[in-house]
Amino acid sequence: MSNEIRLHGRGGQGTVLAAGILAQALAEEGKWAIAIPTFGFERRGAPVSAFLRVDDRPIRSLTNIYHPDVIVCIDQTLGRAVNIFAGMAPGATLVLASRKSPAELDLPPTARRLGLVDAVSIAMELFKRPITNSVMLGALARTTGMVSLESLARAMEGSHFRDAGLAQNLEAIRRGYDETEVLDLKESCHAYA
Amino acid sequence: MNQLTPNSSLMPNSSQMIVCDGNEAAARAVVLARPDVVSVFPITPQSSLVESLSQFVADGVLGAELINAEGEHSVLSALQGACLAGARTYTATSGPGLAFMFEPYVRTPGLRLPMVVSLVTRDMLSPQCVWGGQQDAMSVRECGWIQIYCEDVQEVLDTVVMAFKLAEHKDVLLPVNVCHDGNYLSYGVSRVEMPAAGLVDEFLGEAAVNWHIALDPARPMAVDPLTGGTGPGGAASFVGYRKSQVRAMANALRVFSDIHAEWGERFGRHWAPLVEEYRLDDADIAIVTIGSMTGAGKDAVDAARDRGEKVGLIKVKMYRPFPREAMVAALSKVKAAAIVDRSVSFAWECGPLHQDVMTALFASPARIPLVGCIGGLAGADITGEHFARVIAATFQAAGGDIPSSPVWLNEHD
Repeated sequence: MSNEIRLHGRGGQGTVLAAGILAQALAEEGKWAIAIPTFGFERRGAPVSAFLRVDDRPIRSLTNIYHPDVIVCIDQTLGRAVNIFAGMAPGATLVLASRKSPAELDLPPTARRLGLVDAVSIAMELFKRPITNSVMLGALARTTGMVSLESLARAMEGSHFRDAGLAQNLEAIRRGYDETEVLDLKESCHAYA
Repeated sequence: MNQLTPNSSLMPNSSQMIVCDGNEAAARAVVLARPDVVSVFPITPQSSLVESLSQFVADGVLGAELINAEGEHSVLSALQGACLAGARTYTATSGPGLAFMFEPYVRTPGLRLPMVVSLVTRDMLSPQCVWGGQQDAMSVRECGWIQIYCEDVQEVLDTVVMAFKLAEHKDVLLPVNVCHDGNYLSYGVSRVEMPAAGLVDEFLGEAAVNWHIALDPARPMAVDPLTGGTGPGGAASFVGYRKSQVRAMANALRVFSDIHAEWGERFGRHWAPLVEEYRLDDADIAIVTIGSMTGAGKDAVDAARDRGEKVGLIKVKMYRPFPREAMVAALSKVKAAAIVDRSVSFAWECGPLHQDVMTALFASPARIPLVGCIGGLAGADITGEHFARVIAATFQAAGGDIPSSPVWLNEHD
C-alpha cells in the first residue's frame, strides 16, 4: 500500500483541509495517519503543500515527505510555478486537476498511474468558484483505492467548511470519483516516448 | 457560570478516537480542564489554538470567561488578576507574543500563580521568519516557569490537562509552560484519543484555589509587598520568597512524576514525566532529543539497531526544572551522547539543552564525550538522514574524535 502522499495547491483552495479530511477518513478505516502542512504567511493564491503519511500502525516520525508515492495537485496552473513532481518515487501515482489530455501533460517518465479530472469545471458548477479540494479527494479515492468514498463522507461530516455546505462537498467528492479518468501510464502516454 | 451546551465530541462520555492537530488538541485539553478565565491574542503559529477556544466559548461548550485582550502584555496581566481572584486560567502564545508578554511573564512565578500557558514554539526574530524552532521558549528558560516539551499530538492533549494539576499542586504553585513545536505539532494532524470528560474531572478534582495568594475580603493581605533592600523585613524577606520558589521548582520533579503515574493508571497512557529512555539499556551511544523531533529520532534508533549499532535515545520532557538526576542516570549507560537542540545558546556556541547536559555531566561519575547538534531552526526538518549523521558523529566521538563546535544539521538543506 502506498504510504507517502504529497498534496499541492494554492492558498484558499483547501489543500491543508483536504489533507486533514484524508487523515480523518483513513483513521475511520482503522489506519494511522499524520498530515503536516507547509505554508508561511497566510495568503490566498500562494503555493501550499501538505504531506500525509499513512500506516497500519502508529507513526512516530513527524517529518516532511521527500519521495512521495502519490502526488495530488488540486490546481491546474500550479505546475507552472513549482515542480510538483520533485523527488517523486519511481512508479508513483499522480492525481491531477487538469483539462488537458495525458499526452499534453509533461509527466515524469517513471510515473506509473494517472488520475485526471477537470476539477475546476466541477467546482465551478457546484460552488461557483474554483475550490477543488473535495473534488480531488474523490479523484484520489478513485485513482488509488486507498480510501473509500464512505470514509471520506464520514470524515467530511465532522469538518468545518467556510465556502460551501456539507451536501455540496459530498456531491463534489462523488463527482470527483465518478469523473476521474484513470490511466496506466505504461500503456498510454509513455508509449509514445 | 452559564449553562453549557452538551457536546459529545469535546466532552465525550467515554474515550473517543479523533483526528486533529496539536493546536486543536491543546484547545480540547483546555475544554476538559474547565478553566474559569481564558485570555487570548493571536500570533502565528498559535492562532488556530485560540481561535478554537473562542469558538468553543461561542458555542457554549467552554464555560470560561474569554478576554480578547489588545496584546499579550494585557493577556497575561488579565490572567494575573483572575488568578489572584482564585480562577483557573489559561492562555497560549508564541515568539513575538511571548516577547511582548515579558514584563508580566517574569512576575508570574514569583507571585506563585498556577497558570497554564501553552508556548507554540517559534524561532525568534530576526531574521524574519514565521516557522517553528524553540528559541522563544529557550529564551525564557530562566524565568522561573516550569517548562515541558511534547513529542506528539497525543502528548500535547494529555500534558495540557496534567499541567493544571501540576501548577495547582500545593507543593508547587507555579506557572507552567507546555511547549509544542510550531508547524510539526501546531499544524501536524494525527489520530489521538480523547479521554472521557468525567474521568478528567475525577483526575483533576476540584480546582484548588491558590489560597496562599488569592484575594479574600475575609482575609485581607498585601500581595507582592516591598521586600529586600531597605524595605520592611530587609534582605531576609526577599531571600525567603526566592528560596521557597526554588524549592517549589525542585518539588515539581516529584509532583509531575506522581501525576504521570496517576494518568497512566487512569487513562492507560504511560508517558515518561522527566526523561524517557528509549532502547538505552544496552546502548553504546545515545541521542538526546526534545520536542517533536523525538519520533524521527526513535525511528532512526530502530534503523541503527537494524544495522547492528547499539544506539539509544533520551527524550527530555520536563526541561525546567531540569531533571538532573534522571539525566545523569540515563547518561551513565552510554559511552558518548549527542544532543540535538532546536535553538541556540548564544553564550556557549552550542544549544541550550547541550549546556544543561554538560552541567549534568559534572555530577556524573564518567565524563563522556558529547556531540552538539543544532537542527530544525525556522521550521527546518530533522529527518532520519539527519539523525543518521548525528549517530555517525557520536560513534566517532566515542572513539575520541569530538567536534569542538556544533554540527549544524540543516546547513546545506
